[in-house]
Amino acid sequence: MHALDLARWQFAITTVYHFLFVPITIGMAFLVAGLQTAWFRTNKLKYLRATKFFGRLFLINFAIGVVTGIVQEFQFGMNWSSYSRFVGDIFGAPLAMEGLLAFFLESTFLGLWIFGWDRLPKKIHLASIWLAATGTLLSAYFILAANSWMQHPVGYILNATKGRAELTNIFTVLTQKTALATFFHTIPSAAFTGAAFIAGVSAWLIIKKKDIEMSRTTLKAGLVTMLISFVLVGFSGDFTSRVMTQQQPMKMAAAEALYTTTDSAPFSLLTIGSLDGSRSVFQIDIPSVLSFLSTGDFKGVVEGVNDLQTKYETQYGPGDYKPNIPLAYWSFRLMMGFGFIAAFFALLALWQLRKGGTPKGKWFAPAMISLPFLPLLANSFGWIFTETARQPWAVFGLIKTADGVSTVVSAGAVLFTMIAFTVLYGVLAFIEVGLILKTIHNGPRPEEDFEVASIGGSADRPLVMSY
Amino acid sequence: MSFQSVWFILIVVLWVGYFILEGFDFGVGMLLPFVSRNEADRRAVLTTLGPVWDGNEVWLLVAGGATFAAFPEWYATLFSGFYLPLFLILVGLIVRGVAFEYRSKYGKAQWRQRWDIAIVVASALPSLLWGVAFANIVRGVPLEKSASGSIEYVGGFFNLLNPYALLGGIVTLTVFLTHGAHFLALKTDGEIRVRAHALAIKLGLVSAVAAVAFLAWSNLMLPSINAKFLTLSVATALFWVAGLGANYLRREGWAFIASSLAITTFVTGLFVALYPRVMPSSLGSQFDLTITNASSTEYTLKVMTVVAVVMTPLVLIYQGWTYWVFRKRVSASQIMHPERGVLDTLHL
Repeated sequence: MHALDLARWQFAITTVYHFLFVPITIGMAFLVAGLQTAWFRTNKLKYLRATKFFGRLFLINFAIGVVTGIVQEFQFGMNWSSYSRFVGDIFGAPLAMEGLLAFFLESTFLGLWIFGWDRLPKKIHLASIWLAATGTLLSAYFILAANSWMQHPVGYILNATKGRAELTNIFTVLTQKTALATFFHTIPSAAFTGAAFIAGVSAWLIIKKKDIEMSRTTLKAGLVTMLISFVLVGFSGDFTSRVMTQQQPMKMAAAEALYTTTDSAPFSLLTIGSLDGSRSVFQIDIPSVLSFLSTGDFKGVVEGVNDLQTKYETQYGPGDYKPNIPLAYWSFRLMMGFGFIAAFFALLALWQLRKGGTPKGKWFAPAMISLPFLPLLANSFGWIFTETARQPWAVFGLIKTADGVSTVVSAGAVLFTMIAFTVLYGVLAFIEVGLILKTIHNGPRPEEDFEVASIGGSADRPLVMSY
Repeated sequence: MSFQSVWFILIVVLWVGYFILEGFDFGVGMLLPFVSRNEADRRAVLTTLGPVWDGNEVWLLVAGGATFAAFPEWYATLFSGFYLPLFLILVGLIVRGVAFEYRSKYGKAQWRQRWDIAIVVASALPSLLWGVAFANIVRGVPLEKSASGSIEYVGGFFNLLNPYALLGGIVTLTVFLTHGAHFLALKTDGEIRVRAHALAIKLGLVSAVAAVAFLAWSNLMLPSINAKFLTLSVATALFWVAGLGANYLRREGWAFIASSLAITTFVTGLFVALYPRVMPSSLGSQFDLTITNASSTEYTLKVMTVVAVVMTPLVLIYQGWTYWVFRKRVSASQIMHPERGVLDTLHL
């Protein structure tokens, strides 16, 4: 394998892995903040137990999210230095802003929250978790703005002498439609993911008859959050696909395996393509729905892969402008499919919970156990789709992925670091899952309710929180 | 002053902040087994870092992001060129962060011992390698113009392991150890504090020898004497000695401030020696990366200046406030059930 392929695999592995933890962090930060607010307002101990219990799970997850995030920021320079030279003038700015505005806020106030139970007035302690949650949101915004610029570059000019893109308007970069659409698609997805995690864990506690009082509340809260965010994900997803059709028609065509330009284009439910992915052999379609989804008009024209290929050859010169179509097609469907299944389970469980009932039936346990995993799969396939279906471009229309790789890093070096990161990440995942399962197995600990000491006191007072 | 110079200064500020803050984190991590006699000690030592280590590490992320935004050519050449050392630093940072969070989850001795080893090694590795990396930047590494016109690193991994750079690594390693001991003496009570005092004196003397040798070598390496760098080098030595003296006199706050100031003048001095270059080439000055040929456009630098000017003071205020909230000393006697892990099954 060449350094290019290895660098792509390394990026895929480290990014997909990192993004397993990110949406749980964003979603749970707000949900834990919500639970603590409920405790603050009502003084009911079940909310305090929930805050502490889910807070513990949140932090186990957060640790891996943080440390794998460092790799993300350095990787551009290490494996993709030609890309970094080309885009640095624009792409670096949101990354630096993310650090200054988001990472500091998130890490500092999370530290205050974890260790501040007995050090801060109740109100300030509550504010800490909200500020940390705000930090995760800001972080998402800046990094999505940077990614959106790769999907749809705006606010720049090309400097031919220096061979790079240069920023002309930061506000355009930060407020373009793609960035906003992606943000409002990703954030509800994160809420969906965090809520599914909380719901799944709560359901398990109910099955195991542990702290039913708390678990019923958190299960309901999780399920309701899931359904609300699912609706938002759907709306923003619809909007995103329209923006995508305008800006990256090839991606939409690949997602639908639509080879020739059509009006009243059908939405494909199942396609079996030829092995090289160049045409489809068998399809089940719903008439006109694709046209509606991508243009808002049942008769709208949707461009096909082959026509776009011809168009791009004239525009950008000879080359292959088709992404991996089977991958795009299937990842797009798996993204939606896993999301739908999770939402369906949530709806079913919520229906059974009404009027104080307890969910029954053989489906409940397996459905609830699968609940935390389904959104993770949906998220991963969503990113796999949006990143691979942009290929061959790193920045659409400006620089190809193949031209972005570091020229001075050997294939051996990339292979070595790739294996090392993969092994390290694997070991960490193993440990992390073990800790999560053990935490769930232990369940909420009632004795913790009484460990919230008052402010002040002697210096030798036992610490509520220590490493 | 040009915006390029402003950003050069800001990046110096970020690295100074990073080395002062994560410097003592690294030091405390490495000292963990040497200042502790039992489980309560170890947990007290780690608790001094608990609320702050993550925020301290963000200084590195911002330094990296700022270099990317302000000097993309520097970011690209440095990170792709110093590939393996950076990889090892990343591994260290990953393992260390997880180790802090996970080691006290269980009480089992084996579990904790393994994480403790991880903390020591993963603190030592970046401490050493940051010095190696910076010394190489100051010394100059083989940089050449590639076919596409970019200036690229053309040396290998072993090129980076020259005696001067290794000495630089020993300097950062021992300086962080001493700085960490100063921090522990300031933040703990009881026996840990006493041990940290004693260690700070020994480590401080070793690092003083290494640092003076390194700074003398650095000053003599330059084609002509750089008065500013020389002044900062002398200041570094004076601050360092002052820190050791303050520690000897049990003035812990002053000792920590003095070692922080020494790190400040040390790092600033190296950057002053570089200025206006950011990465000199050993193959001829025509291949030097400078603040001019490595920088972003003035527009980007202006945008980032506005962000930095607004945000940096704010960050300093709330991060400083965290240190105020957790200003009390931690002692081993405050750790409830030191042998018990948070996740251990309780037998009530």
